[in-house]
Amino acid sequence: MHTDTLWKETVPGGATWSHVIKKGTALRITDLEGGANVAAYFLNFENTMERFNLPDTLKAQHTARLAKGNVLYSDMGRILCSITHDTVGWHDPIAGLSNAALVEKKYGAASYQDHRNDWHQNARDSMLIELGKYGLDGRDLQATVNFFSKVQVGESGALQFIPNNSQAGRYIELRAEMNVLTILNTCQHPLDPNPNYEPKPVELTVKHVGPRSPDDVCSNLCPENRRGFILTDFYHL
Amino acid sequence: MPTANLQTSQLDPTTALFNFVVEAGDPLAHEVKQGQILRIVDLEGNQAVDTLFYNAHDYSDRYSAQDTIREQGNIYLTTGTQLMSTSGAVMLTITADTCGRHDTLGGACSTESNMVRYAIEKRYMHACRNSFLKCTLQWKNGLTKRDITSNINFFMNVPVTPDGKLTFADGVSEAGKYVELRAEMDVLLVISNCPQLNNPCNAYNPTPIQVLIWENDVF
Repeated sequence: MHTDTLWKETVPGGATWSHVIKKGTALRITDLEGGANVAAYFLNFENTMERFNLPDTLKAQHTARLAKGNVLYSDMGRILCSITHDTVGWHDPIAGLSNAALVEKKYGAASYQDHRNDWHQNARDSMLIELGKYGLDGRDLQATVNFFSKVQVGESGALQFIPNNSQAGRYIELRAEMNVLTILNTCQHPLDPNPNYEPKPVELTVKHVGPRSPDDVCSNLCPENRRGFILTDFYHL
Repeated sequence: MPTANLQTSQLDPTTALFNFVVEAGDPLAHEVKQGQILRIVDLEGNQAVDTLFYNAHDYSDRYSAQDTIREQGNIYLTTGTQLMSTSGAVMLTITADTCGRHDTLGGACSTESNMVRYAIEKRYMHACRNSFLKCTLQWKNGLTKRDITSNINFFMNVPVTPDGKLTFADGVSEAGKYVELRAEMDVLLVISNCPQLNNPCNAYNPTPIQVLIWENDVF
């Protein structure tokens, strides 16, 4: 298998990144310092009306957390990308994006005029700006995931943010199952109890990956995923 | 069972300005004005009512499951829950609930997700997102598939465990149970009365529901 790194960059905390991850490649996101949060959203680049569908992703795999073996479904029964490697074990699909009101309430206002590139940013507005670069807007932004963060649901349904879920060097690798427009944002998790505005950087690498093998961890996770790959393979016929 | 915030209502159905039965598998699109009270009744029990809300004056501002869950710190909806929009506005407040727990993580069934979840051959079974699309065709005004987002499933039971498992469990609703919401802004209500036959969300038997709306001055 050809696994040479094709691209490598560091995304600072509080920043936004987008790219069309091509089928046949994989994106690895590495938590450089520990405690990173990466809000992520995915759309089929060939038809952005097909986009990440959180409920379909959760119910197909009977899970309320994301980890190695899980795949991210679109609303059309197809797989956008697969979590082929993961050294974290729990990524949050529930709590969504920080927004301007939440960030100002938690950390106070910090304008660009006063703070230059250390100004306070939020995940929702940042993602909307990034989507705008592709002609997309709020109607195209649905539920998102938060990589590297853990939110536990108690017996009563109450949410609890679990700190120190990820340490320096932990990573998640996403294999593109179609050409997938990927929007990432490194603002802090909306439930992160840290009272200081301290978003963490991550490293991104892109590499070639070979075709899916018969013992692929994602397609063998459950019968639902095997059918999801059948429908995704059909999409490419 | 988690803490269900059970609350009954004194509103009299004979004074409702809108009183409509939605058959199983049918859609409904209807505007609810600020201050009006919306009641959804599970007429025969264990029926999932897939529901979306839009700001009636800006459909790009719509119900957000994740913002609603995060702001109340709980995945289940019940009396006292404020339904949040994507812009952070409170759209509706649940003012009465005799069921005690409603889902907003499980989403709506679709012909495509039925193929994934059950069998490729299930493509030809009726599904909620076809009903949502029928709503957008009937309602027009710019509403399209782009606007179909993560919904509420009134009366549906989707427990999540502390170790992160999610299941579709038998319903906790019974015949006559209802949920009542006060509109905090003018909203467009979009319902698919779920036709799903493949899982216990409808007890394998989709049944009618009743939708009632009262003016804000009935008290």
